[in-house]
Amino acid sequence: MLNTPLTRLLGLALAAALALMAGVASLAFGATTVAPASLVQAFLAPDPGSVAHLILLTERLPRAVIAAVVGASLAVAGALMQTLTRNALAAPSVLGINAGAMCFVVVASSLFALRSPLALVWMAFLGALTASLLVALLGRERGGGLSPVRVVLGGVAVTALFVSLAQGLLIIDQEGFESLLLWLAGSVAGRGLEGLKPLLPFLVAAAAACVLLVRQLNLLILDDELVKGLGQHTGRIRLLAGAAVIVLAGCSVALAGMIGFVGLIVPHMVRALFGRDHRWVLPGCALLGAGLLLAADTLARFLMPPQEVPVGVMTALLGTPFFLHLARRRSLAP
Amino acid sequence: MSRAVILRAVGGRLSLRLERRTLTATLLLALVLAASALASLSLGSQATAPGEVLEALIHPERSEIALVVREIRLPRIVLAILVGACLGVAGLLLQGLVRNPLASPDVIGITGGASLAAVCFLALGGAALGEAWLPLAALAGALAVALLILALTGRNVTPARLVLIGIGVAAALGAGTTLVLVLSTDTTAMRAYVWLTGSLYAAQWGEVAGLAPWALLGLPLAMTLSRRLDVLALGDEMAIGLGTAVRGTRFALLLLAVALAGASVAYAGGLSFIGLLAPHIARRLVARGHAGLVPATAIIGALIVLHADLLGRVAFLPRDLPAGIFVAGIGAPFFIFLLYRWRR
Repeated sequence: MLNTPLTRLLGLALAAALALMAGVASLAFGATTVAPASLVQAFLAPDPGSVAHLILLTERLPRAVIAAVVGASLAVAGALMQTLTRNALAAPSVLGINAGAMCFVVVASSLFALRSPLALVWMAFLGALTASLLVALLGRERGGGLSPVRVVLGGVAVTALFVSLAQGLLIIDQEGFESLLLWLAGSVAGRGLEGLKPLLPFLVAAAAACVLLVRQLNLLILDDELVKGLGQHTGRIRLLAGAAVIVLAGCSVALAGMIGFVGLIVPHMVRALFGRDHRWVLPGCALLGAGLLLAADTLARFLMPPQEVPVGVMTALLGTPFFLHLARRRSLAP
Repeated sequence: MSRAVILRAVGGRLSLRLERRTLTATLLLALVLAASALASLSLGSQATAPGEVLEALIHPERSEIALVVREIRLPRIVLAILVGACLGVAGLLLQGLVRNPLASPDVIGITGGASLAAVCFLALGGAALGEAWLPLAALAGALAVALLILALTGRNVTPARLVLIGIGVAAALGAGTTLVLVLSTDTTAMRAYVWLTGSLYAAQWGEVAGLAPWALLGLPLAMTLSRRLDVLALGDEMAIGLGTAVRGTRFALLLLAVALAGASVAYAGGLSFIGLLAPHIARRLVARGHAGLVPATAIIGALIVLHADLLGRVAFLPRDLPAGIFVAGIGAPFFIFLLYRWRR
């Protein structure tokens, strides 16, 4: 574990370097490999006649940017949720928040023919909010606290609910079958940057909330009694952090569909490196989350060529052993 | 004691205490099921009068609609009843096993294992081998997953671990299923998808014959194990104190639940929510104790699937929609209602 500020800064720099490398790999590798020289050239002096430049700028670059944004959002959302629920297994996908957002988006786009990204992202927020309220209702114990196992079970039940509703729609609306399947599987392929633009204000707001809350979040790690004794109110902090989770998860679903387990894996890796202080955990999560999703997306192109594996499937397959390991631990505290 | 009836076998080795309320509720449910089955038999793309249907059943040689009723509608209805009963009881067993009202075969990955096996079978061109092999593949998948979950849980099978590990395994299986679907051709994917949602379309007597042994063995076995469930409900320490081999009982209950759920998923696809809904409704209708709950849950599960299938068959003619859509459609609002009640 990195203990001094200097080593932690170095650690963050290393994480940034990893994310950058994953980004470059995501730009360079694929069905056609782009040479590094050509990569630099495409950005400095794009040649409209070159096919490689065209692929790079219109396809790979938006894809990499979206993967980075989605990975970072999911990882930060996961870290916030694990702190809020004091549950090592909490993550937007595990607790059904992604499924809620996905279901609302699918219903809006296939039943009500909503197409504008802004409308869809509001639907995603609404879905994420609905799902998290349901899970909170389900996870509540008699004393008023949240029981870790109950919360996870509630999340699974809520996921089952929303996924089966979306699946029912899939079968009725067979024309939209393929695009809807990608919502369910989660993919960053073929989504343009124009979808990202309307989401930027929300993402910036969520990031600002994280920056402002970073010290207060550390309070939430402490015992409730202790916090009260210190004269602090956690209600408002919890509310704001919860709103940030919903915005981050909703945006990532609106961008890329259901991508699971990034929010579960990354915070644990980051905590193992940086300890539990959110001033280091949150930036670390953003960087490594972006790096992980970029790497998974790049790998997904090579797993079963010529077809691409949806990146959501990749992260689920990577994340399951991790989840099982956590579930077998004695304590479920993060 | 006037509120209960006690049945004793000769020698007193086996006795059954039945509450009056449970008895009346079960009898009423059985009547409703019979009426629903008759209604379901007479409705379809061409509706027939119940009288004619009875005639076709009793004297097939005299009736013109004997073929429709006996070979097309009846197997489908019998299959719906068996599937619903098996899934409901599997859910009841799992909920008692992990002492959590939200457990069900779909939650801990049993349905997922069967689904992945079936989808792989379809995608790898298994259809050429013959339809008969699909249920076997699905059943094998369900059993393999149950063993995997048990192996991963290790020695100290606490209910919470079992569920959490099941959830993790279910996530991986779901990802695997999606992977196979995305990578396979469109027609296979669509077919697999309809199967995944749960459909009784074109059910034949062969399928009924395939599922019937599981149901006929499994449901009475669940009845005999019901008393163990009552003891487990008191908590592990109390159960051990009362002389129950807790680990062995859990193992037996889990295997039974897997067999029931796996077999029904094998023949009707991934119908979700029944394992969750049927036990909850049953708990509201009959008195405490699993001996009364098992038959009531079985009948309620059967009623749900029967009506969902009827809706899918009749409501959107000429299209025949999978029953799973309607089970989810009824299940989802009811589930939210349950959440609301459970909190208070």
